[in-house]
Amino acid sequence: MKNIILALMLFATPIWAVEPDELLADPALEARAQDLDEEIRCVQCVSETIASSNADWAKDARIMVRSLLIEGQSDEEVLEFFAERYGDVALMRPRRAGVNLLLWYAGPIMLLFGAFGAWFYVRRRSQEIQPEALSTDEEKRLKSLLDD
Amino acid sequence: MFTELGHFALILAFTVSIVQAIIPLIGAHKGWHGWMAVAEPAATAQFMLLFYSFIALTYAFVTSDFSLQLVVANSHTDKPLLYKFAGVWGNHEGSMLLWVLILALFGACAAWFGGNLPDRLRARVLAVQSSISVAFLAFILFTSNPFLRIEQPPFNGQDLNPLLQDVGLAFHPPLLYLGYVGLSMSFSFAVAALLEGRVDAAWARWVRPWTLAAWVFLTAGIALGSWWAYYELGWGGFWFWDPVENASFMPWLFAAALLHSAVVVEKRESLKSWTILLAILAFGFSLIGTFLVRSGVITSVHAFANDPERGVFILIILGVFMGGALTLFAARSHVMQAKGAFAMVSRESALVLNNVLLAVSSLVVFVGTIWPLVSELATGRTLSVGPPFFNVAFTPFMVLLGAVLPIGAMLPWKRAKLGRVARGLIPYFVVSVALAGLVWSLQTGRSLLGPIGLFLGSWLVFGAFADLWLRSGRYGIADRLKRMTRLPRSDWGKALAHGGLGITIFGVAGLTAWEHEDIRIAAIGETFTVGQYEITLDQVSEEPGPNYRSLIAQMTVMRGSRVESVLYPEKRIYPVQAMPTTEAAIDNGFLRDVYVVIGDVQENGGYAVRVYIKPLANWIWAGSIIMAIGGGISLTDRRYRVAAGARKPVTNATAAE
Repeated sequence: MKNIILALMLFATPIWAVEPDELLADPALEARAQDLDEEIRCVQCVSETIASSNADWAKDARIMVRSLLIEGQSDEEVLEFFAERYGDVALMRPRRAGVNLLLWYAGPIMLLFGAFGAWFYVRRRSQEIQPEALSTDEEKRLKSLLDD
Repeated sequence: MFTELGHFALILAFTVSIVQAIIPLIGAHKGWHGWMAVAEPAATAQFMLLFYSFIALTYAFVTSDFSLQLVVANSHTDKPLLYKFAGVWGNHEGSMLLWVLILALFGACAAWFGGNLPDRLRARVLAVQSSISVAFLAFILFTSNPFLRIEQPPFNGQDLNPLLQDVGLAFHPPLLYLGYVGLSMSFSFAVAALLEGRVDAAWARWVRPWTLAAWVFLTAGIALGSWWAYYELGWGGFWFWDPVENASFMPWLFAAALLHSAVVVEKRESLKSWTILLAILAFGFSLIGTFLVRSGVITSVHAFANDPERGVFILIILGVFMGGALTLFAARSHVMQAKGAFAMVSRESALVLNNVLLAVSSLVVFVGTIWPLVSELATGRTLSVGPPFFNVAFTPFMVLLGAVLPIGAMLPWKRAKLGRVARGLIPYFVVSVALAGLVWSLQTGRSLLGPIGLFLGSWLVFGAFADLWLRSGRYGIADRLKRMTRLPRSDWGKALAHGGLGITIFGVAGLTAWEHEDIRIAAIGETFTVGQYEITLDQVSEEPGPNYRSLIAQMTVMRGSRVESVLYPEKRIYPVQAMPTTEAAIDNGFLRDVYVVIGDVQENGGYAVRVYIKPLANWIWAGSIIMAIGGGISLTDRRYRVAAGARKPVTNATAAE
């Protein structure tokens, strides 16, 4: 089955150009398939998932996802199937491994640095304020403003 | 002839910009008033020349002058008039011309309305602004000249990309460029301040409105683009984390950070060097955006057809301006003495937190956008960074920002008591949590996204209201309402912008969490149910358009026995470019959109039909527009109308709060 569909993907026959027919009868399986569609990139398009692309390749890829799910493969196995054949380009969510860890942890790391920097800055600013309190003049003005 | 004059004006503008970039700068350094005075007439002349050049190109498009290469490649005699106008910037060369025209417009505005700026500062600002013009005019003339001719003009052109033939094209790019390029003003002021070695409240009072204006345009431009994608692409996506969208989003986040830190400089004379750095970075990210769109290093649906030579040119511009400005910053920023001290808990600290969150979230988007490039250079393997990454990596920052915003926005300057502000907000917090809880119990077994979005949305909206309400005294509702209307416009602008953000967040979360879709083959006359709606495919007909053929369906949307609407989705074929587009039909509603798309005819005679129920879709754009309006109202605040540039003691400024 897999080989037949793979062959069809190469030739993109019009038999498959029926979008509503792609849908699986089982709603739970179809929901999984649609989630997977969002994770796989249409490698022949420019930065589009197979869920949103109208290209023939994307259509065939959607059918492939569904046929793999019917065979009982897990979500990871389906993603692995595409990654093996087309490289990591096919995965919209970069793997959390190797150099990519830097990408995944860039946010938290930068936040940490930013928070530290801000903390020290604010602390320095606030130490300057410590001895200073409102002068009597300021107190008076404040009071008049509040009463206003 | 007219076209040739346009070309000539462009070259002349280039020479004027060189003069304007050099003479006033020397004048300001040496204190020669005559040399400094060159800046204003030069800025005006530069703008006029570019305006003429732009008109000439527009004229060529409108009259279908096929002796111009650009017109041949992007126009057609059958193209509707609106797109002949808008088509001027629907391509790389023309859009670059619009880019520099807007750049010159901002420069000219600083010359026209900058009368009360100190002479030296104004001369430097205009010179720096013009040096950006020099770089980009050189880029246009040497790599992307829109006025190139063809020896043997063809009888007709190749038409504009059909996806671009939409009203959106008329407004989206100009608004976006007004925003992008508007940030050049903040950049010029920042560099000029570094040259001056001084930043004070008057400087901030000048920079802030420019940044605010740029941010307002950018907000409107991004919202419009997102709305355009929503109805044009045929499946109702509104944000794709595409590199070019990110390219407009990063400057937007930085501009938002800059707006807030400039307030601190203006009112408290603190955060000076950080504000300068932000102004440099905000424009830097605009330039990075320009690079991403036009270099071709990163694939994107938006990218113009491009060649590496252009990419290298823009990279050099980026390197020179960012490298130069940041070096200057490193050398001079220590001169900026911060004056105002503030306590750990204060409005200043809250704004520092705002800046950290906005800047880091923008950098996360940046890292994700360029990661494919980094990975390819480092490991030689290509990979994709798509929406699943950005949704996970970016969203937490916005949740955090939304959660602390209402409290931070109400903290007093200098020294605050957290407890006092929090006490005032407790009822609003409780209501927001209760609303979220209610929705959480109503929806069955779905994600937390909807309830969290509702909590943040209502917390921000109520918080914005509280910000105004709690300052209206305590003498009965009528009196409080009257006092509220008398609050400064900048306070209203702030409340609206914050509330708008809440509405957008709720819209995004609601649409993502509760969307419902139905894809099927329907025969003519068939009725089917989607959610609470019954939809009938009444008929399908073929009709000719001005430069396309169209397949139009009529579909009736019923709810119970009531007709909600009759919709006419289309599928168009543009023969010149042999490209199909889908024109979705949308029944816009307050709480939901019904979004229908007609597909191809099937072998058995039915049609492929998609129906989406999109809850809260319009809230996304309504919120963005409210944000932009808030910014606009803040721009009309008294202190900009009356006191722009005037040197008032800081104490007065704080008292006005």
